[in-house]
Amino acid sequence: MSNDVLTNNGKLPAEKAVGKSAAMTEKLYQLGVLLSLLLLCAVMTALSPRFLTMDNLMNVASQAAVSAIVSIGMFLAILTAGIDLSVGSVLALSAMMMGIASDRWGLGPYASMLVCLGSGALLGLVNGLLLTKLRLPHPFISTLGMQKMARGIALFVTAAAPISMFPDEIQYLGNNSIGQVPVSFILVAILYVGMYFFLTRTSTGRYIYAVGGNKEAARLSGIKVNSILNLVYTISGLTAALAGLVLAGRVNAVYPLAGLDYETDAIAAVIVGGASFFGGVGSIANTIIGVLLIAVLRNGLNLLNVDSAFQTFAIGAVIVVAVAVDVLRQNVMKSGR
Amino acid sequence: MVADGILLKVKGLTKKFPGVIALDGVDIEARAGEIHGICGENGAGQSTLIKMLTGAHTPDSGTIEFDGVTYTSLDPRRAMGIGIGCIYQELNLIPHLTVAENIFLGREMYLAESLNILDRGQMNAKAAELLADLGLAVSPTARLGTLGVGHQQMIEICRAVWSNAKLIIMDEPTSSLSEKEAHDLFRVMAQMKARGVAILFISHRLDEVRDNCDTVTVMRDGRSIESFAMKERSVADIIQLMVGRSIQNKYPKEPAPHGDVILSVRNLNRKGVLHDISFDLRAGEVLGFAGLVGAGRTETARAITGADPYDSGAIEVFGKPVKIRQPLDSIDAGIAFLTENRKEQGLILIQSVAFNATIVKMHKYGKAGWLSLGRIKETARKVCAEMRLKTSGMDMLVGKLSGGNQQKVVIAKWLLSNAKIFIFDEPTRGIDVGAKVEVYKLINQLVANGAGVIIICSEMEEVMGMADRILVMHEGEITGEMTQGEATQEKIMYAASGFKQAS
Repeated sequence: MSNDVLTNNGKLPAEKAVGKSAAMTEKLYQLGVLLSLLLLCAVMTALSPRFLTMDNLMNVASQAAVSAIVSIGMFLAILTAGIDLSVGSVLALSAMMMGIASDRWGLGPYASMLVCLGSGALLGLVNGLLLTKLRLPHPFISTLGMQKMARGIALFVTAAAPISMFPDEIQYLGNNSIGQVPVSFILVAILYVGMYFFLTRTSTGRYIYAVGGNKEAARLSGIKVNSILNLVYTISGLTAALAGLVLAGRVNAVYPLAGLDYETDAIAAVIVGGASFFGGVGSIANTIIGVLLIAVLRNGLNLLNVDSAFQTFAIGAVIVVAVAVDVLRQNVMKSGR
Repeated sequence: MVADGILLKVKGLTKKFPGVIALDGVDIEARAGEIHGICGENGAGQSTLIKMLTGAHTPDSGTIEFDGVTYTSLDPRRAMGIGIGCIYQELNLIPHLTVAENIFLGREMYLAESLNILDRGQMNAKAAELLADLGLAVSPTARLGTLGVGHQQMIEICRAVWSNAKLIIMDEPTSSLSEKEAHDLFRVMAQMKARGVAILFISHRLDEVRDNCDTVTVMRDGRSIESFAMKERSVADIIQLMVGRSIQNKYPKEPAPHGDVILSVRNLNRKGVLHDISFDLRAGEVLGFAGLVGAGRTETARAITGADPYDSGAIEVFGKPVKIRQPLDSIDAGIAFLTENRKEQGLILIQSVAFNATIVKMHKYGKAGWLSLGRIKETARKVCAEMRLKTSGMDMLVGKLSGGNQQKVVIAKWLLSNAKIFIFDEPTRGIDVGAKVEVYKLINQLVANGAGVIIICSEMEEVMGMADRILVMHEGEITGEMTQGEATQEKIMYAASGFKQAS
């Protein structure tokens, strides 16, 4: 991570006299998340001989790929002090639309994929407009509504039946490799690097931080806050759809209950990755660490044959702990002076 | 009660934060029944001192003796329990509750306490009494959020009065009050003093300190420099002790030649808020807006800058009619709006100095959509150096700067927006004497370079000291206009009270 002026992302440069304690806390936190990931990996390796095998790591990574893509949109939403609870359903509905386009409308594979991405972007834009035009009080409401509406449509359009057997092109992102490296990894890497530069090196990206940091100050500085919010939710819909595309390729099917509860994992990953629920603070580079941590946690619990009920509990606990740590961190930052 | 009536005795209080010594052996004695002023530039240590007294922070060394008991540290509950009350600069009230509910929040009166049944009737009656004491024409059952900031602050004061504190700390209590409201406050302070309450009065308004304090302690660089009886010294003495040097001219106004009309507002209306506002601003001119809190001055600025909508009216900038629907439209027209609440509306506190300084049209610091981070940092560094911003670097979080330095970042932001018309809303609120003079000098520089400046300020002396021409507002209307030469405090007050000038 560069030390650039415009990428402080809530971190303080180390040499500051004033507010040094806040800077230390921030650095310690980031180190802590990375160490937790390594520690978790070490524990899993010790507990299960299967953890550190190529097969298993590939399995973790390909599961993480879908979550990683969903988490990009979630990260942006949380960065603006919002949330997107609809990502799992948007993923499912967009993938279903692709299935319908390919299977029933007889569209070609590329056109079908466009239908998928277009559906996701459109649903995301609706989320944004509900917030900015209809002025629903918080994206929690608009995206919770969208979560149910999109899931309902996804179930309705195919009478709850899955669609399978896709052409190779559609399967490519989720199912192929270049050499030893799955295409989905490369996609995730490109998306994260691209998003990093978008957020740190374009005015639109910086404005997302500005809107999250102080909406009113941003508005009075001439930033079109509503456009930024519409963009953020559109991107979130788009990344959810893209994740749906990868998932459909991996399992060579789309089904209306795909992506159930994905928003929970994405929220957990983003918050564990150090983004603040208060908005304006966070780094996309840390989000990927959060994604991996959650993925390893789930995989490890699976390998150890832990009841799925406990997995659900564990993810919930991780969210609560991470947000509690966020609150403490924000307090330290505020009392730095 | 202790010998000599000394209620509070702070001795050798020291607090270090990493890298800075916030308090360095501070000694202060306050007697029951006195108003004790604490003066100092921002960052001189007053805020830290308050935090020790209210228990928000723990001292590293030193003692706090209160009412005969010596403490090495306090916590908020104990501080409240022993009778230390504090009115903070920022309001701590709940907008949707009524005035009475806010006054009694946490100390409610009950019909039957065990059943948790409130005695609304008695609370409303007692609240009405407290409000009448403060000379406030506010209903106890009004929603707090419907009141202006000035009135809300008075409600905060009612709370402290009600808590029966022995020592009341007031941190810049008048910063958002109009002169009349401030006057009411001082009357109430005198009442409390007569009842034997000690008041620590922290203010940047030295005339208020002079007129109301019995004793004054001046702080500088975290130390208590000197304590003395106010009647033995002058304001100039205080300033000299505060800055360690003497400030010659409080308002270093330098008139600039006036050019063409650059902003022309005609019949601006907003239902229930603004009524037929018309005025012109020339290049090189400083136009002052005077009036009581809630007179519509801020609302006028917000309408012109697109922060709020307006119903009708025409705005011309540089002779061209402009339609302003959102802040970006006014920025494009060359208007800068420096809001009165820096923290809420002017800055993104969790971002860096450079980020905040270059936020307006940030895209211009790049090519083909890619920002040049070097250029952003360099541009910010240059403008901040010109304004002598005290910061450890462009990466410093704005939230960690003092009030005066935060204000400089806001000014830097608008200088970089290439604005030619600057609207300053309470530009010197909550900043120290030295920084105020720097803000005035900056205003001089702006008009010398041909910009037009509008300043909205509630300190009459300030508006008279800095403006070439003064417009006075009352209840959404312009009720008076006068040049700097014609203006007197009486004339302004007359117009501000709604008496239109005979023209």
